[in-house]
Amino acid sequence: MTHFRYEILRTLRNPAFSGITLGLPLVLFYAVASGQRDGTFDGTAFPLYFMTAMAAYGAMYAAVGPGARIVRDRSSGWLRQLRTTPLRAWTDVTAKVASAYLLAVPALVLLFLAGATLGVRLGATRWLEMAGLLLIGLAPFVVMGFILGYLVRSDAAVPAVGGLVVLFALFGGVFGFQLASSGPLFQVIKDVPSYWLVQAGKTALSGSGWPAQAWIVIAVWTALLIPVAAAAFRRSAARV
Amino acid sequence: MTLTADTGAGIALSRLSKSFGTVPAVRGVDLAIAPGEIVALLGPNGAGKTTTIEMLLGLTRPDHGTVSIFGKTPAAAVRAGWVGAMLQTGSPLDHLRVRELITLTASYYPHPLPVDEVLQMTGVADFAGQWTTKLSGGQAQRVRFAAALVGDPDLLLLDEPTASIDVEGRRAFWHAMRAVTNQGKTVLFATHYLEEADDYADRIVLLAQGQLVADGPATEIKAQAVSRTIRATLAGVDVPALGSMPGVRSAERHGDAVVLSCADADAALRALLQRYPDARDIEVRGGSLEEAFMELTAADESESRNDNLGAMEVTR
Repeated sequence: MTHFRYEILRTLRNPAFSGITLGLPLVLFYAVASGQRDGTFDGTAFPLYFMTAMAAYGAMYAAVGPGARIVRDRSSGWLRQLRTTPLRAWTDVTAKVASAYLLAVPALVLLFLAGATLGVRLGATRWLEMAGLLLIGLAPFVVMGFILGYLVRSDAAVPAVGGLVVLFALFGGVFGFQLASSGPLFQVIKDVPSYWLVQAGKTALSGSGWPAQAWIVIAVWTALLIPVAAAAFRRSAARV
Repeated sequence: MTLTADTGAGIALSRLSKSFGTVPAVRGVDLAIAPGEIVALLGPNGAGKTTTIEMLLGLTRPDHGTVSIFGKTPAAAVRAGWVGAMLQTGSPLDHLRVRELITLTASYYPHPLPVDEVLQMTGVADFAGQWTTKLSGGQAQRVRFAAALVGDPDLLLLDEPTASIDVEGRRAFWHAMRAVTNQGKTVLFATHYLEEADDYADRIVLLAQGQLVADGPATEIKAQAVSRTIRATLAGVDVPALGSMPGVRSAERHGDAVVLSCADADAALRALLQRYPDARDIEVRGGSLEEAFMELTAADESESRNDNLGAMEVTR
C-alpha cells in the first residue's frame, strides 16, 4: 500500500508528467474548441467530440506513464535494488497499473469540467458511462506502457512514449480530424483501440453503449499485448 | 527472525561458479559464514566479488553450485526479508525525499526498524528532508546503507559500500556500521581496500580470478603469504648464493645492499650470519597485509599478475 502511495506521489511530483497528462490536453481543448462551440463533427457537437478526444489523449499519457517510470527505474538501478527486498514483482506491477488508472481519472475529470464550461451538457449517468468506457479502453495502453518500460533504453524513453501516444492519437482521431471516414483505411482505424476511446463521448450521448466491435477490439488488443509484456518483463528481469 | 542453531549454518556457498559468455567470473567458490560473522570479501577488480554477492542475492543465477542463506535459497531468503543489500550501482529513486525513500523501503519488510531510529543510526537524519537526487556521494552512500538496514535483516550484503567516497565519508560510514553490527548481524562486504578489510572484518576472504585464495583472520592471512624481508649490507657475494640459503625465497642486490625475501626469516638470518659474518646493518621487516594481498592474488596466475596489481588500490 505504501508502495502504491509512493508510486502516485512520484508521478505527481514529475512536472513533465503532470504537464503533459493534465495541462496539455486542457490547453489544446480550449485553444481549439472555444472557436468551434457551435460546430459539429463526426455527427456530434464539436465540443463534446473534442472534449472526449482530449480526455482520451491525457488518459493515454497517464496509462503509459508507468512505462516511463519503469525505464527510469531500470536505468537508475532501482529495480535491481527492489529485487533485493521482499517486495514481489507482482505487487509492483499491480501498484503501477492502479496508479495509471488513478491518474487517468483527474485527466478525465479536468476535461469534463472544461467541456462543461463550453456547453457540454450530459446527465450524470452519461458522464459516468463515458468515464467508464474511457477507463476500460485504456487497458491496452497500460499494457503497452509496460512493454515499452521493459524494452526501451532510457535515452529512448521520451520519444518512445510520446511517439506511441501521438501515433495512436492520430489514428483515433484525437486531434479533431480523422484519417478516413470510409473505405479500407477506416476499417483499419476501427480496429485501433484509441478510435473507440474517442468514440466514448458520442456513445455515451446516444446512450446505446459501445458496439460489440469496440469491446472486441479492446479485449483482443489487451489479450494479445499481455503475453508480450510478460515476455518483455522476463527478458528485463533476466538482465537485471 | 531470531537466529537459532537449527536455521542452518548461516551462509553456505558450495562449489559456486558463474561465467559470462566464455569469461569465468567465479570459479568453484566454497565458503561458509557463521551467523554473526563479519566477513570481508577482498580482492582486486574483476576478482568476482560482485558476481558472488549477486548470486547470494539471487540476482544472478549460478552456472554450478548452490547458495544457502540460513537454510533457504537466496530468492526465498530475500522474500522472507532476511537480507538487506547495498549494491554497487544504482542511484536512489527519484522524486522522493530521503525519509520517504527509507519509509518506502521499510514498508517492504515484515518487521522493519523504526525509520527515525535508522535515520539517526546511519547519520542520515540531518538531510532526511533532502531530495534523493540532490545528495553528495557520501550522503547517497549512507542513504543506501539506511535502506539496506531498515528492514532489520539478519544478513547484510554490501558491495563496495565505500567506493567513490572520500576518507572522511568512509570513516563516518564505518562508524555507523560498527554501531549496527554490534547487534549480531551477519555481514559480508566486498572491498578492494585492504585497510577496511583489516579494520572492520572478523575474517577476510580473499578472491582472485574468481577463486578463493585465502580465508581467515587478517593475521592468519598475513602469516600465510607473508614474506618477511631481510636487508643487509654485504659486498662481494653472489645473488644466486644468497638465494640458495635456507629459508630464502629470492634475493636481490642493490649496490652493496642485499634484500632477501624469506619464507622462513629465522632460518635465513641464522644462515646469513653463519656464512657471512661480515654482513652489517641487518634489518628484518615483517610483511604488510598489502604485500600478502598482492602475493596471494597474483600467485595463481602469473600471466595476469600485472593486471592484478595495476587494478588494485592501495590505501596504506
